[in-house]
Amino acid sequence: MSGAADTTTFVDIRNLNVTFTGGRKPVQAVSGVDLRVRRGEVVALIGESGSGKSVTLRSILRLHNERRTTITGRIQVGEHDVLGLSGTQLADFRGKVGSMIFQEPLLALDPVYSVGAQIVESIRRHEQVSPAEARRRALALFERVRIPSPERRLAAYPHEMSGGMRQRAMIALALACRPQLLLADEPTTALDATVQIQILLLLRELQREFGLSVIFVTHDIGAAVEVADRIAVMYAGRIVEEGPVATLIRAPRHPYTMALLRSRAHGALAKTADGKRPRLETIAGAPPDLAALPLGCAFAERCGLAIAACRQSRPPVVMLSAQHAARCLRTDTTAA
Amino acid sequence: MTAPNPPVLLEVQGLVKHFPLQRDPLGRGGGVVRAVDGVSFQVRQGETLGVVGESGCGKSTTARLLMHLIDPTAGAVVFDGLAVGGRDLGLKDFRRQVQMVFQDSYASLNPRLTIEDSIAFAPQVHGVPKREAIERARDLLARVGLQPTRFAERYPHELSGGQRQRVNIARALALQPRLILLDEAVSALDKSVEAQVLNLLLDLKDAFDLTYVFISHDLNVVRYMSDRVMVMYLGQVVEIGDSETLFEAPLHPYTRALLSSVPAMDPDHRTERPALTGDPPNPINPPSGCRFHTRCPHAEAVCAQRMPTLGVRHSSRTVACLMHEPGSGHSGAPALEAVA
Repeated sequence: MSGAADTTTFVDIRNLNVTFTGGRKPVQAVSGVDLRVRRGEVVALIGESGSGKSVTLRSILRLHNERRTTITGRIQVGEHDVLGLSGTQLADFRGKVGSMIFQEPLLALDPVYSVGAQIVESIRRHEQVSPAEARRRALALFERVRIPSPERRLAAYPHEMSGGMRQRAMIALALACRPQLLLADEPTTALDATVQIQILLLLRELQREFGLSVIFVTHDIGAAVEVADRIAVMYAGRIVEEGPVATLIRAPRHPYTMALLRSRAHGALAKTADGKRPRLETIAGAPPDLAALPLGCAFAERCGLAIAACRQSRPPVVMLSAQHAARCLRTDTTAA
Repeated sequence: MTAPNPPVLLEVQGLVKHFPLQRDPLGRGGGVVRAVDGVSFQVRQGETLGVVGESGCGKSTTARLLMHLIDPTAGAVVFDGLAVGGRDLGLKDFRRQVQMVFQDSYASLNPRLTIEDSIAFAPQVHGVPKREAIERARDLLARVGLQPTRFAERYPHELSGGQRQRVNIARALALQPRLILLDEAVSALDKSVEAQVLNLLLDLKDAFDLTYVFISHDLNVVRYMSDRVMVMYLGQVVEIGDSETLFEAPLHPYTRALLSSVPAMDPDHRTERPALTGDPPNPINPPSGCRFHTRCPHAEAVCAQRMPTLGVRHSSRTVACLMHEPGSGHSGAPALEAVA
């Protein structure tokens, strides 16, 4: 989508491990994630609940409770080493370099301030501008995200807006300080179909206009295909396959990605000769317990192609082409 | 469907539900939410009727009205030729034959009952001895793919979302119902688990001769599951038809917009412009005339004045749109004599 994506890496995540230590047993939510995002590039992180996609995303702004979370590895965003930032540096970083939009704007926005006041506050926290100037910019942002009667809506409280409009307001807030990196955590999941597509198209448009790098977390492959340049598929805290959108959708090589695409009702519409529906292909079993991850490939337990070696050690990354990689020992058997 | 014209199992006539809004102490506010406003449809024996629409369109309220979980403001539900809630068919008897599965698998189970007790609860209410009810519960657990020896004595919090939804399905089956209302029953599940539950629902339908009303906002899933589909907008039915025909050639402009909002899964042909702008209007003060006219690309002045009726148009398709209503005054409408 963004032909403008240049080759410089903007976000560089290496060997990221996130462990939550608040419970009875430590939960290994993210295990050794490597991810690079170029300037102006949109990467979708997809996966099911508990796959670690949101945890990875939140680590980039260090939103996890530091007392109950152990993060190791390296997160580099531009010239910032995120895991090494001090408290004030981190506050400068959030919103100014990277900002986030959430799934549920009603929870993410402050209920006791008008939406306009929250945008003005954010601008004035990061830049030395007059209140009038900040307000003018907030109004321009509301116009940009196409909120009807923007002047009046700046004074509205979050609960006075509809779901789609709240999500537009949160996008305006996220872009208020002209960040270079936008992190989107299931931004359209709570929205209705006709509103979801409007928000996806708006994000795509803004991304092009501002040349943003975007990491888009979703469980909806369809939404990912609409906005992303590349897709990374996560399973049990690991990226199992990564590649350009078209390659990943049409020629996936990791057994999990393949099964995930086949299990969607989308493809199984034609009825068979006797008027019955073809059965959906399913993935037997359930994802592993993150408090007791297996030694080898986390998907081996559910994988039809698994061999003994899959269970012995974690499969290495196999480069299938310059852009397409999978963590699987059996990619020789999964070629179309 | 197998038989050419199976009998009507459930008929809904002019169902209305208005929720009054409370006035504040100064007398401001008030008004009514027109959640369901004149909904009529039929469900034939053995079919799956899909119900789609966006939040606030009244699909869940319709389901609750069908079960008489809330009382309708007006309208009637007829089951198997008998009026529900009257002398012909009491509520207890009706609910033995019609069961419901909800979206939130956790909230719909009693946390203090083991799952076999949950499943055996309703049959005991209806007079089945405890031993027999428990035995049946264990059979049903096996039917929905949960080994009774492993699962029967567990509590809901010990199960995953997919497993809990299987328990809810087993519980719905415990009374040997004829019709099951599935209200967003798979919406909270991950895709790979959703596929397992959809397959299970299709198997059970065959095995127990069930009829389904399948409510969902996921259009791909509704298309996969349903024989016929009903599309709702702001408390009214805008189109009903055979599932394949409706998805291939939708008549109502709203149905068309809704279908074209589904991401296409084709990276070379991404959606370029949204089919609709703005959010659905508020059902407290729905637009006059056709409720969709405020967002409809084909709206004309007449659409704000005249409410379209849900009528059978060309080749047995049922749609409520002035463009398809002969002599309605809309420039796109067929002439009166064209339909003889």
